[in-house]
Amino acid sequence: MLHSPVLRSVRLGIKSLLLHKLRSLLTTLGVLFGVSSVVAMLAIGEGASAEAQEQIKQLGSQNVILRSVKPPEDLVSNQSTRVSSYGLTRLDFERIIDTFPWVRRAVPVRELLQEVRHGRRKLNPRVLATTPDYLAVTGRILAEGRFLSQRDEDLVANVCVLDDEAARYLFPFDSPLGKRIKIDADYFTVVGTLLPRVRTADDPAAAGAAVTGEVLLPQRTGQRWFGELQVKIRSGSREMEEVQLHEIIVEVDRPEHVPLVAAACREMLRRNHRQQDYEVVVPLELLARAEETKRIFNIVLGSIAGISLLVGGIGIMNVMLATVTERTREIGIRRALGAKRRHIVMQFLVEAVVLSVGGGLLGILLGLAIPWLVEWYADLRTIVTPEAPALAFGVSVATGLVFGLYPAWRAATMDPVEALRHE
Amino acid sequence: MEIVASLREVSRVYKMGDNEVRALDGISHDFGAGEYWAIMGSSGSGKSTLLNILGCIDRPTSGSYRVRGQEMADLDDDDLSELRGRHIGFVFQSFNLIPQLNVLENILVPLFYQDDPPPDGEERAVALAERVGLGDRLDHRPLELSGGQQQRVAIARSLINDPALILADEATGNLDSHTTEEILDLFDELHAEGKTILLVTHEDEVGTRAQHVMRLSDGRIAELVENGGGR
Repeated sequence: MLHSPVLRSVRLGIKSLLLHKLRSLLTTLGVLFGVSSVVAMLAIGEGASAEAQEQIKQLGSQNVILRSVKPPEDLVSNQSTRVSSYGLTRLDFERIIDTFPWVRRAVPVRELLQEVRHGRRKLNPRVLATTPDYLAVTGRILAEGRFLSQRDEDLVANVCVLDDEAARYLFPFDSPLGKRIKIDADYFTVVGTLLPRVRTADDPAAAGAAVTGEVLLPQRTGQRWFGELQVKIRSGSREMEEVQLHEIIVEVDRPEHVPLVAAACREMLRRNHRQQDYEVVVPLELLARAEETKRIFNIVLGSIAGISLLVGGIGIMNVMLATVTERTREIGIRRALGAKRRHIVMQFLVEAVVLSVGGGLLGILLGLAIPWLVEWYADLRTIVTPEAPALAFGVSVATGLVFGLYPAWRAATMDPVEALRHE
Repeated sequence: MEIVASLREVSRVYKMGDNEVRALDGISHDFGAGEYWAIMGSSGSGKSTLLNILGCIDRPTSGSYRVRGQEMADLDDDDLSELRGRHIGFVFQSFNLIPQLNVLENILVPLFYQDDPPPDGEERAVALAERVGLGDRLDHRPLELSGGQQQRVAIARSLINDPALILADEATGNLDSHTTEEILDLFDELHAEGKTILLVTHEDEVGTRAQHVMRLSDGRIAELVENGGGR
């Protein structure tokens, strides 16, 4: 017991604090909320940042993605035929390829609504008609076989590539390579499969559970067999859509040219489209947006944390000043019995730190619960790094030290004679 | 005879606004080792101030005070604390035990603060608790004890550092006559063992138990009385 003065001070501090349980508990609340904000802030910021990084990796940091968007119904619907015609055109694609500088390559993507069958198994995947560059531009990786080639394009070959999900569903027991699947009325030979990719919230497939898997066809094959018109059957009514291209993925030669190409695309589309039937997605802008979100979160939670810690610290100082006054006589006794000033400082500083660390530990628990709740309810991704609780712990220790110092100093500089006389 | 505490022309002046109050006014005296003194006087005579200076928790305004030959004026606050912790045992009127600590821990407090505490502190504390008749109450809190028991804990605490000087300030002031008797018996025992005891009191019955009596009046020594070889 005599050998470890610090441990003894901590024990004594806890004992003294337990004499006023409610007061001690209330005092820790400020630090509790401050510390939990710190932990939650770091977790949410980290999550947002990781989310953005991943999204960018998937969309390609040097890509600009143009997408067709169905405009508001009344603008396009033709009452008699109900054919809606909108979206990106092959002409848009030609213009980008032919006239834009800094474009390394561009890939057109058409999405076909077709049922895919193999034997008795059937699937409604995203059927994408695209060009051989798709693989390189999207950064997806082949699992087996080969990707669509220029030769397939030239021959308008009936070949296809399956993604992991489609391959596993249609061919649960063997390799799909060389097998034939039926899309609508025609047979297509599987030449390759793709590795799965990590899904994000932005992925259309993740949102609607109905669409699973992807089947990729040569662009001209898709055009030849499935045309431009698509028929959607929606709650009994037939609806026809004419969309030439659903997506154009533009790969820019250098990252610094991405904003220029994006601006050029927007300008070009604005001029050539009468309505807002497209959107331009720039992964780099997503990053900026994610950084902005992270920054706002940090400011909001950082302010909460700062104010809570300040208020908590002042609360601790207040309680410690009251404690020092209450225990003036004890201080006198201890001084008379040989306690040096540093011992008194240590005693009250340790007590303040025990108080703030108590709040800090509870705060860390709450701070770990908040990201979990955020993930559950707000569907925001959060990541708790080991540094976050460590930082929060450090912050709570520092709060106790900073705000405990003045009361401890007051205690230590009391005149022992006066202190002993105190009632 | 060895001199434990030596006062030379010690004065203590308090400033109260524009007035000066001379609580002690040029006291010179030597306290020898093993002596048992009662310091007496009416309230305001300066006996508490004298005790504070003897106990090194207050400094004289002028004059010299030596403890075991060491001049107090040469020591800083930390040195004085160390000196108190090592060589002085305090017994107070209101016992002054620390309420959060149990009997054993209270007895050990003076050792907590020594730069180089003895390794056998805990055994000594247990032995002292047994000696004052509280060996079976080691884990009791002060508030669970009677006044007489608390004062016995305080006396055990004053002995833990084997002090050169035991200073008792109205040690029996808060106790009934029976308990007073017990505590005074304990001081007699300590005296018989050769401890140096200075007891401040205003009660004549208490004063007569000591070997010597010093009477103070207005900050000066009014009278020194021999009670004739202790008991």
